[in-house]
Amino acid sequence: MTSPLDEALLRSLTPNVLGILVRRGADFAAAEDAVQDALVEAVRVWPADPPRDPKGWLVTVAWRRFLDATRSDAARRRREDLLDEEPPPGPAQAADDTLQLYFLCAHPSLTPSSAVALTLRAVGGLTTRQIAQAYLVPETTMAQRISRAKRTVSGVRLGRPGDVATVLRVLYLVFNEGYSGDVDLAAEAIRLTRQLAAAIDHPEVAGLLALMLLHHARRAGRTKPDGSLVPLAEQDRGLWDTASIAEGVEILQAALARDRLGEFQAQAAIAALHADAPTADETDWVQIVEWYDELIRLTDSPVVRLNRAVAVGEADGPRAGLAALAGLDDSLPRHTAVAAHLHERDGDLATAARLYVEAADRALNLAERAHLTRQAARLNAVLRR
Amino acid sequence: MAKYLLLKHYRGAPAAVNDVPMDQWTPEEITAHVQYMRDFADRLVETGEFVGECALAPQGTFVQYGGEGRPPATDGPFAETKDLIAGWMMIDVDSYERAVELAGELSAAPGAGGKPIHEWLELRPLLTTQLTITE
Repeated sequence: MTSPLDEALLRSLTPNVLGILVRRGADFAAAEDAVQDALVEAVRVWPADPPRDPKGWLVTVAWRRFLDATRSDAARRRREDLLDEEPPPGPAQAADDTLQLYFLCAHPSLTPSSAVALTLRAVGGLTTRQIAQAYLVPETTMAQRISRAKRTVSGVRLGRPGDVATVLRVLYLVFNEGYSGDVDLAAEAIRLTRQLAAAIDHPEVAGLLALMLLHHARRAGRTKPDGSLVPLAEQDRGLWDTASIAEGVEILQAALARDRLGEFQAQAAIAALHADAPTADETDWVQIVEWYDELIRLTDSPVVRLNRAVAVGEADGPRAGLAALAGLDDSLPRHTAVAAHLHERDGDLATAARLYVEAADRALNLAERAHLTRQAARLNAVLRR
Repeated sequence: MAKYLLLKHYRGAPAAVNDVPMDQWTPEEITAHVQYMRDFADRLVETGEFVGECALAPQGTFVQYGGEGRPPATDGPFAETKDLIAGWMMIDVDSYERAVELAGELSAAPGAGGKPIHEWLELRPLLTTQLTITE
């Protein structure tokens, strides 16, 4: 008899098993390889022969792989010292191990793409092939990226607290990549952020988790079956995932109540205000503008100022929006698209149509380009009448 | 099997028959066009002839070695450059005839008025590695 493989369980055990190996004295790079081997073995063996203690099974197999891989005399001597190591860790120790791994995989010495790849493999338990597929690069390229990343962090001592902000940036990058291939990176980012939130009590971790849940909730409404984009105002709100919204709002409220505001909480607050509106017309744009002001105080990024101009356009009218846009660098991504939208709302269809064409020219992806071209075509059809 | 690159041009190819810029189409015509392209690629995946595809942004930069100890020189885009690639699709097919057939099909994608664009696509064979048995 075979039973379906519980891949979620398998993957959730990954950082814990890796942490145990590292604490038994294995170096991080070798331990990570051994755990990956054990995961592959589990996928092969478990369906026909499910273990009674999955974590114990993984630790045993991974440790054996690690020992097989380190055959030098020095390693053997060390192994003899290591064999009678401490008993398996309690839950608190496991959470701490997991947290250390997040810090290591997001270490500031890594480039963003390396940190993302290493996090997905060492903490997320994805295979190199899955990560390569998700990022549309050859598997050998991804394998190389991961092994270089491991070399880069090999000298880093575990056990020192890292900076949560770097971990959050990596998870945010994973979430934004969306999904391609057979791995849903957005869902994976949520799973990893949830696991992080269980390991550390930090309002910005909660803020990022809330932000992801609130955005993920709208996914079904964001594209049509043919892949074309549906703007927020035109989305069928009945397609939004209300359970995910409710969870996001609850996590956000608990985080905000602690009065340590950060950029992810502020972004989540904006997402929550959108999610909260029964119709697009009922959106509380005034409050959204206030949150953007808050965000500018926290980050002062030009992208935030651009988004603020959209919100101002809704709250105070398109002229006010255009005024807010005026001071911004027009080479910013989506600047032209925002200008087109505001001119259309202001009734200047000819300018809007021209700007939509220009914006399509500068679009960053195909769906966006098709959407902007369609906007131009729609206005040009009206102008021809 | 032989691999071919299908190249679509922003400029540089002879004018298409149905040569109306996309922003002058109706939104429905754009949707139909996008759908046609998706279906075409899906069909090639099913027949086992699809290798890859990518659209390219129109903005590009020319880059040149700047000399010892100096940063690379960048320039352009040059208005006088006649050729501007819009995107590519790579296929792996049994014959040149099949490659031509597929390129023709892709060029029939609907445009303004729902009529085929008759766009000129460039078909370029990839240079291959040497076969094991060459004699």
